[in-house]
Order: sequence, then structure tokens, then C-alpha cells
Amino acid sequence: MPSRAGCSVSAPEPIEFVLDLPSDLRVIENVIVYLVARCQAYGFGGARLNLNFRVGVTEALANAMLYGNRRRPERRVRVEVALSTARVALRIADEGQGFDPARVPDPTAAENLSRPGGRGLFLIRKLMDAVEFNQAGNAVRLVLNREPPLRRPTGV
Amino acid sequence: MSFQTSKTSGVLVVDVDGQLIVGNRQDLKQRVLDELESGERKFLIDFANTGYIDSSGLGVLVSLSKKIREQGGELRLANLNEDLRTLFELTKLDTLFNISDSRDEALESF
Repeated sequence: MPSRAGCSVSAPEPIEFVLDLPSDLRVIENVIVYLVARCQAYGFGGARLNLNFRVGVTEALANAMLYGNRRRPERRVRVEVALSTARVALRIADEGQGFDPARVPDPTAAENLSRPGGRGLFLIRKLMDAVEFNQAGNAVRLVLNREPPLRRPTGV
Repeated sequence: MSFQTSKTSGVLVVDVDGQLIVGNRQDLKQRVLDELESGERKFLIDFANTGYIDSSGLGVLVSLSKKIREQGGELRLANLNEDLRTLFELTKLDTLFNISDSRDEALESF
């Protein structure tokens, strides 16, 4: 709706939408570009968007394609997005068997530090404000608030 | 993501443009390994024009650092922006790598 002179432009209404993706790692970069643009329209920016959102969502998509769907392109990754000026919530589901997120070792432990892999889930937990797996372990819900919680340093 | 390589003061410098993430990390890894195979031993990766890095990109850097060291060489990193520094600090990889604020500082430290 066009704004009238003298009236302040109201905040955009919350929206929900769904992306249905193939298990193809090459699509992730463009998906992130698209989602970042959608979030920017709701006032997201700075490190919350460029670091927390981009890396956290990239990790979740990669996990779904690599470990959930075993890179089988016919298996889909469904991304449900709920976006408002307060927060963005995503539910990312794959068609795999799931896993136990409690059994992932700490990649910052001295004995794991020089391992090439194992940092994805750790980064998701560090960068997002809420992370919840379903019981089967093949869907994760991520929440990122537009403003950082006061207890955390900027960008983390 | 794209990258350019150049040779400065005996150091193979790799400039990474764009994102170093799961969908493209193998390109960078293979290029550096090819240079290692052909005899290069001093490597500097410059992130001045890098958008973001994910865990797969970090994993490639860890892997390359190990392979270069095994051949008696060294990998250094330079020009991490604030977000990238945060990423290295979160994962404690800032303790594993030699990270310089600028390309010149990195080149002088070899």
C-alpha cells in the first residue's frame, strides 16, 4: 500500500514462505543471497546478517544435503521461513535418517582443533539464538533475532 | 568465489574473492595443492575481498595448513575482517594459524 504524505511508513507485515531445494551444494550460495535480501527488507543487517545468519544457515543447509540426504540430488531439502522485523525463524528438513546432535564432539577441544571437519553444528549453535532438532534428528529449527541479546558481544 | 594467485617475495599469494564455502572450497584446495606439488612452500591467503567462510572453508584451511607443514612449508593468513576474525575466535582457529593484519605484515613475517 503506498504511504501518504505526512504518514510514517509502517513496518512490513510478517511473512512466511517455503523453499524446496535439491541436494546440490552449489545452490547454497544463491539461496543465501536470496534469503539475505529478504531479511534486509525487514531491517536485518550488520554482523547479525553477514556473519550469524549467512554462516549459520549455510551450515544447516550443508548438513541437510551432505549428511541428511547423502548428496543424493533427488532427495529434497525443505526450508520453511517465517520472517518479521523482530526475528527470522527457519525450519530446515531433509529426507535422511536423522542423527543424535548430542553425540557431536566439541571441535574447539585441543584434540579436535586440527581436524578439518566437525565445526558445522558448533557454529550453528554459537551463531543462532535458538536451535532445536526434531526427535528424529532430520529437521532443525533456527531462530535469529534482529537485535543481539544484551548478554552477548556484538556479532556473536 | 574466485581467486587469483601471484608470487611476491618468494611467497605464493592467493586472493580469495567472494565466499569460501561448501560449494566451492575444493577449487581453492586443489589450486594450493597443485602449487605445493610444483615446489612452492610459502603460502599467504589474503581475505581482503572475502565475504564469508563456513565450516567447510575453515576445514580446507586447516587441511592445507597441515599438508603444507608436512612438506616443510608454511601457510599464513591476512586481512580478516571483523566477522571473519570472530569466526576464527569462536572456533579457536586463531590459535592454530598465523594471522596478520595486512598483506605486507604477513609477507615480512615469513
